[in-house]
Amino acid sequence: MAEGTAAPSASIDLAAEQAKHRQAAAGRRRRRRWREIGIRLTSLVVVLTTWEVAGGHLDPVLFATPSRIAAAAVTMLASGELWNYLWPSLIVLLNGLALAAVFGIGIGLILARYRTLDVAFEMYITFLYATPTVALVPLIVLWAGFESTAKIIILFLFAFFPLVINTYQGVKNVDPKLVEVGKAFRCSERQLWWNIVLPAVLPFIVTGLRLAVGRGLIGMVLADLYTAISGIGYLIVRTASTYRIDKMFVPIVTLGLLGITLTAILRLVEKRVAPWTAATEKD
Amino acid sequence: MVSSDTQRPAAITIEGASKLFLDGAVVAFHDLSLSIAAQEILCIVGPSGCGKTTLLRCIAGLADLSAGRLLVHGRPVAGPPEGVAMVFQHFGLLPWKTVWDNAAFGLAMNNAPAATIKERVSHYLALAGLAGFEKHYPYQLSGGMQQRVGLVRALAMNPSVMLMDEPFAALDAQTREVLQEELLGLMQRPSERKAVVFITHSIDEAILLGDRVAVMTARPGRIKEILEMPWGWPRDVNVVRADPRFAELRAHIWDGLRPARLDASSAFAAAGD
Repeated sequence: MAEGTAAPSASIDLAAEQAKHRQAAAGRRRRRRWREIGIRLTSLVVVLTTWEVAGGHLDPVLFATPSRIAAAAVTMLASGELWNYLWPSLIVLLNGLALAAVFGIGIGLILARYRTLDVAFEMYITFLYATPTVALVPLIVLWAGFESTAKIIILFLFAFFPLVINTYQGVKNVDPKLVEVGKAFRCSERQLWWNIVLPAVLPFIVTGLRLAVGRGLIGMVLADLYTAISGIGYLIVRTASTYRIDKMFVPIVTLGLLGITLTAILRLVEKRVAPWTAATEKD
Repeated sequence: MVSSDTQRPAAITIEGASKLFLDGAVVAFHDLSLSIAAQEILCIVGPSGCGKTTLLRCIAGLADLSAGRLLVHGRPVAGPPEGVAMVFQHFGLLPWKTVWDNAAFGLAMNNAPAATIKERVSHYLALAGLAGFEKHYPYQLSGGMQQRVGLVRALAMNPSVMLMDEPFAALDAQTREVLQEELLGLMQRPSERKAVVFITHSIDEAILLGDRVAVMTARPGRIKEILEMPWGWPRDVNVVRADPRFAELRAHIWDGLRPARLDASSAFAAAGD
């Protein structure tokens, strides 16, 4: 009897209790997020203020304060100077990345699929990957000249390896149990690749892309500095050689922000293409 | 046993089959003969390492015999045969496909018409209590529900032979019993009867589900005996469990496996679950 009367009220309390717990958890998460944002902002203000104050006492030819850099950024953005120099570099970056993606993913898949080709070509890839790409730049200049072609080749070399290696590893990491499931259900080779191998490799490819973008940015500036000096690299060299340190920081900060943004986008894509990996990690 | 083999055409015939691994260093099973009739449920029970899963993989066309003859529907097995569907211990669902696409996978890979896929998949999903979960992904489901999808994937193909490799071993005890009952419930329907080879560690499960139970011993794997189960169809789980013959059979199979237990006590520790 006592249980009978207690049961309904207990179940109502349970729902309310659950809602309360959910709210409390959401509140905790929200507060933590705000606290972290607060810490970051405070840190930023402290560092920038210190820089501003300390920089004011240093030689303005060699050091720029944040306020002067910000002012320079506004001028360079307004005059279109930054964009005019950034744009050709970005074109090289996109071309190089696109080529690296096509060949990196393609060659990675082919090497993983055909044992003979893997054995035949794997050593060259290992060798080229181990060689610092910078060491190849004079050779590329000799063969391809100083202009865009050479820059795109340099970028390609920077971005290609993470893609080919990640794609290859992705195929090799496909769960053999799932491949067996495919075989047990009489998949053709083509069906096996489309339904099992490629979806399993996709997260690896996105990771490869993220690494390729990081290395590609290095390649982009390097190509600007070591071939015909142009683009964003030229902007850095010119402002430095004319002692416009404030203006020099603008392309540097821009490159940093570009790297953070592109990497963050690809990290997001990484999470989106394989939600199940996040779920199993939670377990 | 022999009489039941001759009454119905054999779905699977195995004669003098052997399988060796690692350049012959490991003998999975040796000189093994077995016949499974159409519409018969054969449970194979035995300790870890007795080669029962390897035997199933050979029937599925996923591994080759080292010696002997293996026929499915009277034809020698070379690659996965037609009309055979498999249910895996690890469920084997594709994490990037929805419940619906996973359930439809077998049919789709065998180029079934879209209308057939739609009809069969929705029919079996509903039977398995998965209606409404079509758009979920496997990682959003419990283990029991995931294996239901695995079952639906196999059943939707309307196979004449179903190979089940410890399908409920990865589930918790209650879920396992629920799924055993559901499978039994399904097999009560004459239209759903098919030849089933059901590999299990669990003696209870074998007695409950099998028309016959083959007891395997390890190293080299061989079939020690084949027992005819007295239950017939329809079969009620509670009636079978309460039947005194259930306990007798259980004790008998346990005794049969005991010498193997002395040989490989550690490997066999899990057989009583």
